[in-house]
Amino acid sequence: MLVERLSDDQGLIDLGGIRKSVSLALVPEAVVGDYVIVHVGHAIGLLDPEEAQHTLAIFAELERSADNADAAVARGRLVPAP
Amino acid sequence: MNTDPDLSLANPTESATALGSERKPYIRPLDLRHGRIDMGHGSGGKAAAQLIDELFLAAFDNPWLRQGDDGARLALPGWHPTQGRLVMACDGHVVSPLFFPGGDLGSLAVHGTVNDVAMMGAQPLYLSASFIIEEGFALAELRRIVQSMAAAARAAGVAVVCGDTKVVEQGKGDGVFISTTGVGVLAPGVEISGRNAQAGDAILLSGCVGDHGVAVLSQRESLAFETTIESDSAALHTLVAAMLAAVASAPADLRTLRDPTRGGLATTLNEIAHQSGVGMTLQEAAIPVRQQVNAACELLGLDPLYVANEGKLIAICAPAVADRLLAVMRAHPLGQEAARIGTVTADVHRFVQMETGFGGRRVLDWLSAEQLPRIC
Amino acid sequence: MKYIDEFRDGALARQIAARIAAEADPSRAYHFMEFCGGHTHAIARYGIPDLLPPNLRLIHGPGCPVCVLPIGRIDLAIRLALEQGVILCTYGDTMRVPASQQLSLLKAKARGADIRMVYSAADALELARQLPEREVVFFAIGFETTTPPTALVLHDASRTGVRNFSVLCCHVLTPSAITHILESPEVRQFGTVPIDGFIGPAHVSIVIGSAPYEHFAQEYRKPVVIAGFEPLDVLQGIAMLVRQVNEGRAEVENEFTRAVSREGNLTAQALVSRVFELRPSFEWRGLGEVPYSALKIRPAYAEFDAERRFGLGYRSVPDNKACECGAILRGVKQPSDCKIFGTVCTPENPIGSCMVSSEGACAAHYTYGRFRSIPIVAAEAVELSA
Repeated sequence: MLVERLSDDQGLIDLGGIRKSVSLALVPEAVVGDYVIVHVGHAIGLLDPEEAQHTLAIFAELERSADNADAAVARGRLVPAP
Repeated sequence: MNTDPDLSLANPTESATALGSERKPYIRPLDLRHGRIDMGHGSGGKAAAQLIDELFLAAFDNPWLRQGDDGARLALPGWHPTQGRLVMACDGHVVSPLFFPGGDLGSLAVHGTVNDVAMMGAQPLYLSASFIIEEGFALAELRRIVQSMAAAARAAGVAVVCGDTKVVEQGKGDGVFISTTGVGVLAPGVEISGRNAQAGDAILLSGCVGDHGVAVLSQRESLAFETTIESDSAALHTLVAAMLAAVASAPADLRTLRDPTRGGLATTLNEIAHQSGVGMTLQEAAIPVRQQVNAACELLGLDPLYVANEGKLIAICAPAVADRLLAVMRAHPLGQEAARIGTVTADVHRFVQMETGFGGRRVLDWLSAEQLPRIC
Repeated sequence: MKYIDEFRDGALARQIAARIAAEADPSRAYHFMEFCGGHTHAIARYGIPDLLPPNLRLIHGPGCPVCVLPIGRIDLAIRLALEQGVILCTYGDTMRVPASQQLSLLKAKARGADIRMVYSAADALELARQLPEREVVFFAIGFETTTPPTALVLHDASRTGVRNFSVLCCHVLTPSAITHILESPEVRQFGTVPIDGFIGPAHVSIVIGSAPYEHFAQEYRKPVVIAGFEPLDVLQGIAMLVRQVNEGRAEVENEFTRAVSREGNLTAQALVSRVFELRPSFEWRGLGEVPYSALKIRPAYAEFDAERRFGLGYRSVPDNKACECGAILRGVKQPSDCKIFGTVCTPENPIGSCMVSSEGACAAHYTYGRFRSIPIVAAEAVELSA
């Protein structure tokens, strides 16, 4: 969710084309362009895009690990994945 | 402070109605002596169905009501079967706010009842309109609603032929309530009902779900979110006519039509599953939902499959005609995003299940009342 | 939806699931407890158990704030609305929780109580401003995620001198609940509830950070992996737990690095400690009295404390005798072990708290899980027109 506009404690966020005003009082450091996590009408934290990419990369790295798992199966060490 | 349940109810009871041996999905009967109506009874879910079953049907009991469809097929004395039958359906409209993107109470009242008649496979012809108006309601707003209603009726080719007006004291109404009854004619040989679904049938959906509910919610002050989503409120009878024409050589191949209004797609499918005594399996990836509707539901903690629609229909048909019907739907302005979303299965438990886009399975349960937004 | 859709990708899910299956040791069982409503929901909604190996079981802990709310607290709210004529503002989930005398907030509303659903605490304060002649009470429930918004509202009310607003505070603390479970006889002494690790809550951790969990890892030698609330996060969190267990480690790991830091949201924490203080003890539904597990409003904000303002006395009400919510919340029993599950106690007629909220273990099992024992009859794969 992207912070679009700031006005004292409120900000306008955009999620998938929906815009909603939420309180930014709990993340005063948020600036336009930031991604925030919203709960019950309040932004409770910032989302770090770099870390998000990093996490996604970890998920995807498993492609290599899965190959290793297959190899291990072939050697008869591991039970094959269902 | 007695919170002990009556454990004698540990065995599922048969509902106390004259409706015969149909297995009822409710466990406890209504507490008709001490219970009260709460908002859950109006939400189109299981609680509403139980109220209708155990209170209204129990009192009115007759073969037409026992069909369990949204309207009734009626023969008039002296009418020959080749002349077809009459269809009658009614609807009450209590939307708040009265005006919303894509419609208002007036157009909704027309579309809702025209659609109920159309879902029986009938051509809608006449409407009645009964108004209950709150003292103090602005005439300018009333005129807006009535003119919108007139425009919608003209566009749908139906005439409002009779009506009534009542005024209640201030505080006793939500501005305006409108009740409409629709009358239409059903061609001979057309027998469309929620009871007809069979294992193997295809489940078709005419377009994106969740638009109406999200459009209405966006206008509620407490939520105040901006969106370009409009209500999909529309009259579906010409779409239905095109579909009927497509299966004219074997009308029984089109088993069921129903519009997923209050309670949304999931609730309506559950109703049909129970009426027909079948199960269903859907593919989540095939169900069209607009991105903004998804986003709004995400923000509000709602599930789009349970959000109301006012211009969509579900069709259940024999697998052989599914592609033909989809082509006809997509050629119609109101069915351009039509899709096959699943298959009817044999299931004594009458579960509506869904394969998630994720790869797992979930059940789309028949909610008791409207879904409440999650906080955590 | 950016940063949401990517974390729900089915193909990646299958990859992570394959990894879990490959690394899970077939000669042992794994039991992981989650205590976050968001996780319970994601697990049920995306069918995550379908993707896990049979020797890996997820236990729903007390992560649903609605479920752990004792009957006595709902009674307080109902009394305020019915007897004192206040406008009671509440989150939606709470409306159907069963309380005494066969009432719930929804049913009390049907009896004439002015009970209104709000999406945020700020809505309740706004209502108070719009209706200065009425008393408005906000029924504040939830774990550490919902607490800062309540603190904010109390702070605002005090700062702007609102005279007709108060809060019925039932905020509870996550770590205390976990300690209580880990200290319970079934876990500590008898070992009847094997918990091999914890999936740390998503939203709560954004606020409190990862530091508070280090205590569990050290003291109880259980690994904790804080996971985001999207299904891929949950799967990855499980994968990390499996690895810790296999390697004999008991550490706090953070999968949710994009939102959770070690110290958490300091602004929110500061606000909460300014407005709230610890209650020495608080009754949790199903767990009994738990020490230092809940918050009350500080004396500086006493005029906004509904309990003081209306002289409310808390009366404990025992759970229904047949209700197994307590055991279920502790992970000792499964919903299907409860005699009244699915018969008398159903989502439309909930007897206990676990069935009320869609995140409660029983409701989740009823809605998503009970069909798993039933094979799907018919339906070979269908070629769907695009």
